[in-house]
Amino acid sequence: MRPVSRKLSALLIVAMVLILSGCSEQYLVLDPKGPIASAQADLILLTAIICAVIAIPVIAMTAVIAWRYRDRSNSKAKYKPYWEHSFKLEAIWWGIPIVAIAFLAIVTVNYTHKLEPSVAIQSENAPIEIQVTSLDWKWLFTYPDEEIATVNYVKFPVDTPVVFKLTSDMAMNSFWIPSLGGQLYTMSGMAMTLNLLADEEGTYYGSGANFTGKDFAQMTFDADVTTKEEYDRWVQEVKDTEVALTAEGVEELKVPGRSEVVQFSSFPENVFYDIMLQYVEEGETSSHAHHMTSNTSTNDDSAVDENLSEHHNH
Amino acid sequence: MLETIKEFASEFFVTGDPLILGAQVSIGLAMVAIVFVLTFFKKWRWLWTEWLTTVDHKKIGIMYIICAILMLFRGGVDALLMRVQLAAPQVEFLNAEHYNAIFTTHGVIMILFMAMPLMFGLFNIIVPLQLGARDVAFPFLNSFSFWMFFAGAMLFNVSFVIGGSPDAGWLAYPPLSELSGSPGVGQDFYIWGIQISGIGSLATGINFVATILKMRAPGMKLMKMPMFTWSVFASSVTIMFAFPILTVTLFLLFLDRYLGAHFFTVDGGGNPMMYLNLIWMWGHPEVYIVVLPAFGIFSEVAAAFSKKKIFGYKSMVFALMSISFFSFFTWAHHFFTMGSGANVNAFFAVTTMIIAIPTGVKVFNWIFTMYRGKLSFPTPMMWMLAFIPCFVTGGMTGVMLSVAPADFQFHNSYFLIAHFHHVLIGGVVFGYFAGLYYWWPKMFGFKLHEGLGKWAFWFWNIGFYVCFMPQYALGLMGMTRRFNEYNFDMGWQPINVVSTVGAFLMGIAFLFQVWQIAHSIRFLKKETNGDNWGQGRTLEWSIPSPAPFYNFARIPHVVEQDDWWEKKERKARGEADPAEVIAADTVPLEPIHMPKNSGIPIIMAGFWFTAGFGFVFDWKWMIILGLVGVVATMIARSFNYNDDYYVPVEEIERIEAAALKGAK
Amino acid sequence: MAQAHAHKHDQGHQDPEQLKQFGFWLFMVTDVILFATLFATFVVLRGNVAGGPVGSDLIEINGIIVSTFILLTSSFTSGLALLSMNKGSKQGLIFWLAVSALLGLSFVYLEVTEFIHLINEGVNIGTSAYWSSFFTLVGAHGLHVSLGIVWITLVIMQIAKRGITPATKRRVNIISLYWHFLDAIWIFVFSIVYLMEVM
Repeated sequence: MRPVSRKLSALLIVAMVLILSGCSEQYLVLDPKGPIASAQADLILLTAIICAVIAIPVIAMTAVIAWRYRDRSNSKAKYKPYWEHSFKLEAIWWGIPIVAIAFLAIVTVNYTHKLEPSVAIQSENAPIEIQVTSLDWKWLFTYPDEEIATVNYVKFPVDTPVVFKLTSDMAMNSFWIPSLGGQLYTMSGMAMTLNLLADEEGTYYGSGANFTGKDFAQMTFDADVTTKEEYDRWVQEVKDTEVALTAEGVEELKVPGRSEVVQFSSFPENVFYDIMLQYVEEGETSSHAHHMTSNTSTNDDSAVDENLSEHHNH
Repeated sequence: MLETIKEFASEFFVTGDPLILGAQVSIGLAMVAIVFVLTFFKKWRWLWTEWLTTVDHKKIGIMYIICAILMLFRGGVDALLMRVQLAAPQVEFLNAEHYNAIFTTHGVIMILFMAMPLMFGLFNIIVPLQLGARDVAFPFLNSFSFWMFFAGAMLFNVSFVIGGSPDAGWLAYPPLSELSGSPGVGQDFYIWGIQISGIGSLATGINFVATILKMRAPGMKLMKMPMFTWSVFASSVTIMFAFPILTVTLFLLFLDRYLGAHFFTVDGGGNPMMYLNLIWMWGHPEVYIVVLPAFGIFSEVAAAFSKKKIFGYKSMVFALMSISFFSFFTWAHHFFTMGSGANVNAFFAVTTMIIAIPTGVKVFNWIFTMYRGKLSFPTPMMWMLAFIPCFVTGGMTGVMLSVAPADFQFHNSYFLIAHFHHVLIGGVVFGYFAGLYYWWPKMFGFKLHEGLGKWAFWFWNIGFYVCFMPQYALGLMGMTRRFNEYNFDMGWQPINVVSTVGAFLMGIAFLFQVWQIAHSIRFLKKETNGDNWGQGRTLEWSIPSPAPFYNFARIPHVVEQDDWWEKKERKARGEADPAEVIAADTVPLEPIHMPKNSGIPIIMAGFWFTAGFGFVFDWKWMIILGLVGVVATMIARSFNYNDDYYVPVEEIERIEAAALKGAK
Repeated sequence: MAQAHAHKHDQGHQDPEQLKQFGFWLFMVTDVILFATLFATFVVLRGNVAGGPVGSDLIEINGIIVSTFILLTSSFTSGLALLSMNKGSKQGLIFWLAVSALLGLSFVYLEVTEFIHLINEGVNIGTSAYWSSFFTLVGAHGLHVSLGIVWITLVIMQIAKRGITPATKRRVNIISLYWHFLDAIWIFVFSIVYLMEVM
């Protein structure tokens, strides 16, 4: 019967997607290169399995029942037009989803805290901070410690926790490197914290995942993960060979448009916090500043406050 | 002089794009053709008295459905254009701006101007008939609702050829949707198009809550209502609580853009994140508003074609109402990645998962409605059967998305796109199709051609899976929604091509449906039986098809849950009806009190359209004209005491006799 | 004819006038949500003055207290209008409705004066998020009151023409319901927008 074969083919497609996903490195989300993405991939597979365990029998049951109780003259199946209630059965299927959801809820709450993006990643290596600003339509990366800046390209060492500070010049974007972990919004007036770590060298695809207007599709970038030595060499090279990012240069970057990969040997001090706070009046606690502190977890509050006071002291 | 006109025209009309030029020409030609046909066949008066001014819920419902099908066509063409672009981004079939406009209008049209009117159409046609009522509680308001929807939809669609389409996404997040990010008039068309039709939707919600609570036939207790009517109640209550939030949100965005207020701006202390919260406080309940009635339809169809009572009626009602309740506490799952902190995310993740429980129960109950039934598979039942696996898998990916920490990887990706198309097409569209096929004979007196319907069914279903299952894969590959192009090296292109093929299969399916409707109108004879499927269970099948304008010559007395079915069963068993039923069926005919047609709703909506258009272009004279017109028509309505009349007994007898003769 | 059938509940087993009143209750539920959203907006944004003046700098609470009393009184007089109607006194009904409308008008007048005062002080809807939400919330209530005044006037005209009939009675019932409702909303506006600002 046709509905059955159709359902089977649907199932096959689902299965194919799942199988394909297991063995191809094109599936960035399922081919994690860091602890965060890895935990998220585990979580995705776990929930997919729980869901499949419930969904497949339900679909099979639908097919069997539809087949068995079809109307035909010599049907041996029972026909009970008034059979409409069974406490036992209904208790079972209130029970099944409740148990499944309760289990998932516990896992979720647990992982939500564990994978909260502002929580620092434990590592023997000292973390580095990279400030990320989404502009229309390009990414500006500033390295406060190394004092270099890049556009549409970011590089960091392997096995080192990276603390990304995220803000936006105007429209809200979302900073996403699928191989390393989930995304986080970049918002004007706020400095969000996204902690990631790469445990394998490579070049990873990054993008702006939230729509910001005309050329938003151009906001992809490469995240290069290399050895510490290679990274240090690169920093030195940028310092030695590239030009400085000036205040005028920042204004030019703010003009809507696309950009190639550019590297700068230095940048105006505090450019990240200047962009972040550009619309906030001096000396007031705006909703933004308020959000910023309430939205980030305790361990980086101090960092933000420090930078804030630093900014105001200028 | 000529120069100024030229200059104005090039500003006013969207120019320079061959696609849009083609559309402008065809819209112009279509309008000329319509005017010509109406004039040639002298149909203007007929159109005005029979349709445009009608307060008959059945005719209003049909008008809703016609509009919805037209909007499905436009939204569908938008979708196909997007799919063509994504299959071959190198060709640059659409440029970035055009692509952005198209995905914005696709989203708005499909949800607000396709799903909503299709839903309201079914509400209108079926609910009063299921309740044993002669109309909705407020027929005049009902007509007003329709025309407000129509005015809003037209205002939104006109942006395609005049001024420019909105292009900030279907929910228009600020600051992108503020003047700073979207200086054009497209965003103003968005605000006023949705605002005006939203007022209509709100009024419809109120109308159906009142209808269901106050207009039920004697004996129909709440717990004896048909399941579709229950779902309409749940949906209407949700509308009442959700739509005012939309009204306010859009109004605040309008104030930002028009008067320079600072609600959602990045400067002046505004808070764009508040918009995200507000819009999803409406937006999440909105998806349940459209899906709950589909659940109701599936319940009716499953029971009818299993020849069996719906399984677990009380559970079903409880599930409907609890979904409606919980839908208001899940909105933040649309932005887990905003960084609101672990506790907030955990809360909204859990509330979202909770909704899966009553939804799961409903699926089990549908399956067990078929269990021990006697199943037949005409087109409505096929849609019902296709819905279950589709919705179960789509719902499961929804559960996966609700796991907040995993959502950081799904969010804004094609995984999300695949999920919500999966549940919205698999749930809402399949549901409304089932409802359309099921109740079509009740609307028009003939069924739709089954063979063509099956072709459409298979094309829709195969096309659906071919289109959307690959998109889950694309999401896991890191492809982000709203990309108009991507790098070939990502390996996304082959999968995108498959997805596009699926989209075109659905396009072919739609053509089959158009053919099916045209063929059925042309060739299929009117059926004479009011119980067209022969296994109707509820009151709408107890009266002729199509129903006379007053619906019920005598208001029935309801004793059972599936009252019409039980009545037929009693007759088959040779039992007598209970005394009160006999009394209600044999009471002498009385003149029927009916509302008069009124031209005020269409005129008032016309003034709303005028005001909205004035606001879009900031033409003060037009705004004032529109608003004065709105108030004037309201006053005219307030002073009109002559809005009802009585259908004389002789006329009822004549109509009923004709229907009876047809039945023999 | 219409009168003869009015008691038969034949359209839908419901007295049509009562049905309309029920519909109006439902409308008020939606209006409550509308105001709740505006209040929430105000509460979220009340700290966001963007370096500009705050409410307590400019708001003159005495004028607000006066308008509060005026609106409360008008609510009371609209209750008296209902009493007159139930006694069957057409004159009394019209009189008290007119008094309510006039009190409403003076409330709106005071509000407009207050807005003009504020604008002269240099704040308007575009000054900051605080003032955007202030003018929108208070203005939305004022707009409701203004519409109510127009509505009462229309109802008075209809009563003058048709006397007290089931249809005009229903109109009076609804408008007085609406009037009390606006009063209740005002209590919240007064407490949240003004009192909390001054205290």
